[in-house]
Amino acid sequence: MSKFRNLISIDDLSRKDIEHILSRADEFLDVARGERKLRILEGRILANLFFEPSTRTRMSFESAMKRLGGDVINLGSLEASSFAKGESLADALRVVEQYADCIVLRHYREGSARFASEICSIPVINAGDGAGQHPTQTLLDLYTIKKEARLDNLKIALVGDLKYSRTVHSLIKALALFNARIYLVSPDSLKLPEEILEMDIDFVESDLKTAIEEVDVVYVTRIQKERFPDEEEYRKVAGSYRITAEMLESSDAIIMHPLPRVDEIAYDVDGLKNAVYFRQAFYGVPVRMAILAEVLL
Amino acid sequence: MNLLTISKIKDGTVIDHIPSGKALEVLRIIGVRSGSKEKVSMAMNVESSKMGRKDIVKVEGKYIGEEELNRISLIAPEATINIIENYEIVRKFKVSLPERVEGILKCPNRNCISNDPREPVLARFRIENSDGVVARCEYCGKKVYEIEKYLV
Repeated sequence: MSKFRNLISIDDLSRKDIEHILSRADEFLDVARGERKLRILEGRILANLFFEPSTRTRMSFESAMKRLGGDVINLGSLEASSFAKGESLADALRVVEQYADCIVLRHYREGSARFASEICSIPVINAGDGAGQHPTQTLLDLYTIKKEARLDNLKIALVGDLKYSRTVHSLIKALALFNARIYLVSPDSLKLPEEILEMDIDFVESDLKTAIEEVDVVYVTRIQKERFPDEEEYRKVAGSYRITAEMLESSDAIIMHPLPRVDEIAYDVDGLKNAVYFRQAFYGVPVRMAILAEVLL
Repeated sequence: MNLLTISKIKDGTVIDHIPSGKALEVLRIIGVRSGSKEKVSMAMNVESSKMGRKDIVKVEGKYIGEEELNRISLIAPEATINIIENYEIVRKFKVSLPERVEGILKCPNRNCISNDPREPVLARFRIENSDGVVARCEYCGKKVYEIEKYLV
């Protein structure tokens, strides 16, 4: 594969690129767990620029950088920053690149990370741009699937908000490279957009019960209350996609969730072997270590 | 057959085989606007054996660059260009789709970074040609199907 300088969109990566990052993540697993020390990024500084809150993504980047011996600087509170005074993103980036060796950017505008990569002389990693892309989440999802199930010829159910979830859209694009069969489980109002359905991948409309019986992976997303006109409508739908321990009695499917969950996975699932969502959060660290090593070394 | 009522030009560019009704958009693409100094003549809805009806634009005293002309293909893929010198056609060619365009289309996604007035960014699109011409924003990925609606 060609070594990449920025990571902006999952669309920029080939299957070979993805496999390369995932096998590199394997090399960092024990370091991510704190079982082995590595100082390969000693003296390097990562700037976390989060214009929207995302505690897990920010912390896992911090953890990844520090486990590799590097340091992290943060934007701090937006209210107290120059952005509150009306500074442009472009100016902020041009300043921050004077202080750091790499920028992780989360911004509410779609395309902001691509723009940042064009004006910065240091690598930029996209940690979510509006409803656009979140490629490191997709890579950690793929890594979880690889570690806990298998990537090739996978049967996976995507459950919940398939319309607005960028996590789901990017994951589908990546899974298309691995010959997956995708079961779609969602309320009518939150179905997958047409342009994604048109992709060359095997889609099956399904109900939750059938999907759990037939698939290797159940990927659950939060149904966002704010998408519904009234709370009662939301309650009806949210309840129908709740996974409980009882439903998994005769299933080996692993349950994934990008987190945070609200009520779509019952707490009694947490203790089952099926539940991998907290390990999925952990896998974000070796995957982000692999990405940081890729762009910084 | 109706005769064209616009006269020949001495030097300049003639853009022929523009789909009927698109001449004004063609002028916008090549930068001819209210207040521009070019001498322009235009015929709309002229009979055409090839297209049924077509528009024609003649720009006197201006040789429009090939790259600029290729942008016309976004809305007029069949357009032909005649470069005129001393009333003679010295070069004739068809437009071809550019791979990308910058600064002539506006992204329909209001939340795209290219629509943020504070940022020094020029909207840039990759051009795809499958079932018609489609422009895809290189920043947010949004596809534009009705290109003439988003000309700057």
